Amino acid sequence: MTFKSITILGGVDKDGKDENIRALTIERGEIYSVIGFTGSGKSRLIRDIEQLADRDTVTKRQILIDGKTPDYSMRRDPSKKIVAHLTQNMNYIMDLQCGDFLRLRAECRKMTDAKKNAEQILETANKLCGEPIADYAQLTSLSGGQSRALMIADTAINTNAPIILIDEIENAGIDKKAAMDTLLGSDKIIIVVTHDPMLALSGKKRIIMRNGGMDGLLTLTEKEKEVFSKLQTLSEYSLEVQRNLRLGKTL
Amino acid sequence: MQKIVIIGGPPAAGKTAVISQLIRLLKSDGKSVAVCKIDCLQTRDDESYRMLGVPAIAGLSRDICPDHFLAANLEEIAAWGIRKAAEILIIETAGLCHRCAPATKKTIAVCVLDCVSSIRVPDKIGPVLTDCDIAVITKGDMVSQAETEVFWQSVSALNSRAEIVEVNGVTGSGVQYLKRFIDEIDAAHSIVGDELRSDMPSAICSYCIGERRIGNMYQQGVVTKMEIPT
Ligand SMILES: Nc1nc2c(ncn2[C@@H]2O[C@H](COP(=O)(O)OP(=O)(O)O)[C@@H](O)[C@H]2O)c(=O)[nH]1
Ligand SMILES: [Mg+2]
Ligand SMILES: [Zn+2]
Repeated sequence: MTFKSITILGGVDKDGKDENIRALTIERGEIYSVIGFTGSGKSRLIRDIEQLADRDTVTKRQILIDGKTPDYSMRRDPSKKIVAHLTQNMNYIMDLQCGDFLRLRAECRKMTDAKKNAEQILETANKLCGEPIADYAQLTSLSGGQSRALMIADTAINTNAPIILIDEIENAGIDKKAAMDTLLGSDKIIIVVTHDPMLALSGKKRIIMRNGGMDGLLTLTEKEKEVFSKLQTLSEYSLEVQRNLRLGKTL
Repeated sequence: MQKIVIIGGPPAAGKTAVISQLIRLLKSDGKSVAVCKIDCLQTRDDESYRMLGVPAIAGLSRDICPDHFLAANLEEIAAWGIRKAAEILIIETAGLCHRCAPATKKTIAVCVLDCVSSIRVPDKIGPVLTDCDIAVITKGDMVSQAETEVFWQSVSALNSRAEIVEVNGVTGSGVQYLKRFIDEIDAAHSIVGDELRSDMPSAICSYCIGERRIGNMYQQGVVTKMEIPT
């Protein structure tokens, strides 16, 4: 799938009034964060993008690809889906072994080498979480951290999806910086929904949500870049303390 | 003439939830809708449809298979829909019998499945999925995107002819696509003379007619025995 940008055409907020932002174009390679209070419409915005809304959802938004209405098959056929969505779910429910699941998944996405793709995902997941995941492990028996690591690796590696939507990575219980580094690809559109200040400042621009509508669009300032580095130092410090505590050390 | 949409699938898959979302959308489009629910022992679904402001009735099949029961009553149900001036008549079935499917050749057959249930469910439910026109997958919000896709794949492997749509029964997202497919299928027809898509086997064994005692000596009629290794 080759395209340069997606455009969100504004719809209505919860009161049926036009939302402030009428049109917003996001180019490949850009990272946007979406912030706002719980219930402000963040997840709905993500869902509109995932579904390639066509003025047919409650928000009446429309999503364009390179300025044009996308073909419906892009939404219908999993192998043509352009959006990889890392949801808030922390556990798998499906009754399959990890390896079988990953191979089936690769087939849906029409990966040329399903077996190799599955191995690569497991390997990446195992770098993100402390406890290694076995090929034969039952999906449902994975811990929260293992499940999340596997979901992140799967999202990152099944890269024929050029848009990545991330919902609340901070709940993962794994190294969020390592996770973000895994997900970032130079050539992708990344949209992060978050309450975490560091992640909110990791994008060049942020969309402010209010009452179901896109209320404002802010660009990262110089001052905010400084704040971001401070938060990053703080986060590394916190991880270091956590590591030492886990190792049974006194601080 | 009315379009008849028969919606089946396992219990708790989200049939009523999806139908309710569909009714809201159809009504906002100015379409007139009527609903009939077929169940075995009891149901409250008809009440919940009436709350949405559409005419609704329920039929209880009691001792017989709900799909046989529906086939036997389809003419009368369709006539009721016409009396209610419904452009679209939706019939929700109980979704218990995994051997029969009540879809006819000219009705629109929809099968609802949820991706929280086992990945082995699509294999088990028979003609209600393999003969349907539209398969609806619900509860995608409860699993990862990868699981939904794998589930989708297993549905499409069993019925490659069907349109597959993901609908969230609670929020209604995706229901616009279900409506679009229903709009596209040209299905207005009169039901008398229409034919079932698959045959419905009858079970006329001793237990069908009220036998309770266990043992070969009590069994008459069509008796099928398992092959058990010695
Ligand atoms: N989270 C979630 N729950 C759903 C969805 N669809 C249906 N449900 C719930 O699943 C339960 C069973 O749904 P119902 O429509 O009664 O199933 P039916 O027996 O097939 O008619 C209800 O509690 C619904 O609210 C969905 O897409 N997501
Ligand atoms: Mg029901
Ligand atoms: Zn039956």
